[in-house]
Amino acid sequence: MAAGAGGGNCDVQWCFSQVKGSIDDDVAEADIISTVEFNHSGELLATGDKGGRVVIFQQEPESKNQPQCRGEYNVYSTFQSHEPEFDYLKSLEIEEKINKIRWLPQKNAAQFLLSTNDKTIKLWKISERDKRPEGYNLKEEDGRYRDLNTVTTLRVPVFRPMDLMVEASPRRVFANAHTYHINSTSVNSDCETYLSADDLRINLWHLEITDRSFNIVDIKPANMEELTEVITAAEFHPNQCNTFVYSSSKGTIRMCDMRASALCDKHAKMFEEPEDPNNRSFFSEIISSISDVKFSHSGRYMMTRDYLSVKIWDLNMETRPVETYQVHEYLRSKLCSLYENDCIFDKFECCWNGNDSVVMTGSYNNFFRMFDRGYRQDVTLEASRENSKPRSVLKPRKVSTGGKRKKDEISVDSLDFNKKILHTAWHPLDNIIAVATTNNLYIFEEKLN
Amino acid sequence: MSGDNEDTQTADETTLDEKEVQDKVISPEKAEEAKLKARYPNLGNKPGGSDLLRKRLQKGQKYFDSGDYNMAKAKIKNKQLPTAAPEKTEITGDHIPTPQDLPQRKPSLVASKLAG
Repeated sequence: MAAGAGGGNCDVQWCFSQVKGSIDDDVAEADIISTVEFNHSGELLATGDKGGRVVIFQQEPESKNQPQCRGEYNVYSTFQSHEPEFDYLKSLEIEEKINKIRWLPQKNAAQFLLSTNDKTIKLWKISERDKRPEGYNLKEEDGRYRDLNTVTTLRVPVFRPMDLMVEASPRRVFANAHTYHINSTSVNSDCETYLSADDLRINLWHLEITDRSFNIVDIKPANMEELTEVITAAEFHPNQCNTFVYSSSKGTIRMCDMRASALCDKHAKMFEEPEDPNNRSFFSEIISSISDVKFSHSGRYMMTRDYLSVKIWDLNMETRPVETYQVHEYLRSKLCSLYENDCIFDKFECCWNGNDSVVMTGSYNNFFRMFDRGYRQDVTLEASRENSKPRSVLKPRKVSTGGKRKKDEISVDSLDFNKKILHTAWHPLDNIIAVATTNNLYIFEEKLN
Repeated sequence: MSGDNEDTQTADETTLDEKEVQDKVISPEKAEEAKLKARYPNLGNKPGGSDLLRKRLQKGQKYFDSGDYNMAKAKIKNKQLPTAAPEKTEITGDHIPTPQDLPQRKPSLVASKLAG
């Protein structure tokens, strides 16, 4: 297993690296983590929370003394991205919760990310300042103007190093384009445009232009009584700039080609797994709702997450997924109570590792699952403070479904459904993962010998 | 009841039991559905349909109408003011909103604990 290749998982042992956030059990609403995203190099890791705040961590460069130890992630920048608003015209409260963060590929010294709440997308520029000009002729170092009588010589100001300062500034605000709640944004591979999707519509924006956007998908029925499905997620293809997909609450994924027409209401492909009508129940549609869709890095596959499973689709085959992985099948016999406590509506995300050989998603009880596609193996791990000794190896966890519970197994009824892992992210190149519990961010990495 | 009828009843019950057992064996989902319908007999048969979706689309809706507020105040001028209902989701009509009903939305003044 080549180190750093993000290779197949069967030999990988995961160990605890870091945890961020307070140990306090009393969680303030604002501290609930709502999104986690690595940038394209993996050097930066961004989180968004319900309080509208973004925290960016930066990986320390590998130290020469300990080449086996990957750098730690430390706070690089933090800022208030969105604030709560009230739309008086519609009597609508607009939450400041950050729904998604997407990094732009880096083009110059600064870093850019798109962060969005329910209604407004913002482009943030994060830049470093590590030198400042000194030796002005007319000003003192603290900014006060000098008495001109004291100026007898002329000098050229020079740049001198200063303590690193990281500044975040909002460069663009893309507002007023969404009647419904934004669930996704996705930057196009052309690095010029991006899409934003709400429950019923998808808009295409140019990163430089904030006063207009193109509507490219509109599934709002003329009569809202006829509403049968909503858009749940959308993403651009990683290298075909004309292609994007969007998933629905009915478990379908539509792929659209922007070259075909300006309005992409007619899909180019529709991916749907046929359902056995005999197995249909009250819950069928609810649990088939897709909560996340992600293209593989290669662009050949896409992965969808519904309530109980993760499915891998070959973009060339619309009739059924090529792989299906059960995340927590034991919940199928608990659907009644999960409906009553609303957990059945939880939106879990999923992610690929760097070389598309392993996929990961979260579950309850602070468990998260990894599926190795090549070796057909899966593992359940837990993010908890009890396993937070530095470099301690994570022990696989098991949920017992039958009557007999083995030692070290946990029974389905003992699972804590308030401890959900909805957001996870995988470093684009290395075996480093970021796992968000309700209010803590765990970083795990591959054990290197 | 004649003996024949009893036999038929028993046979029917057995068939029903078998079917239930079959259902439970075949589909835990259907068993859960039966449980839900037993608890909420008025549950409609269109689970993913418009009602659920419309509720989702209306997230964040808060109502305050100054006309309603003043009319309600005038109506019960001579009576005791009703105390605010514990559920704060919908405030319309006769219910007089109090400042506590409309939560103050202030931006987070505290830095994220992740950065601590």
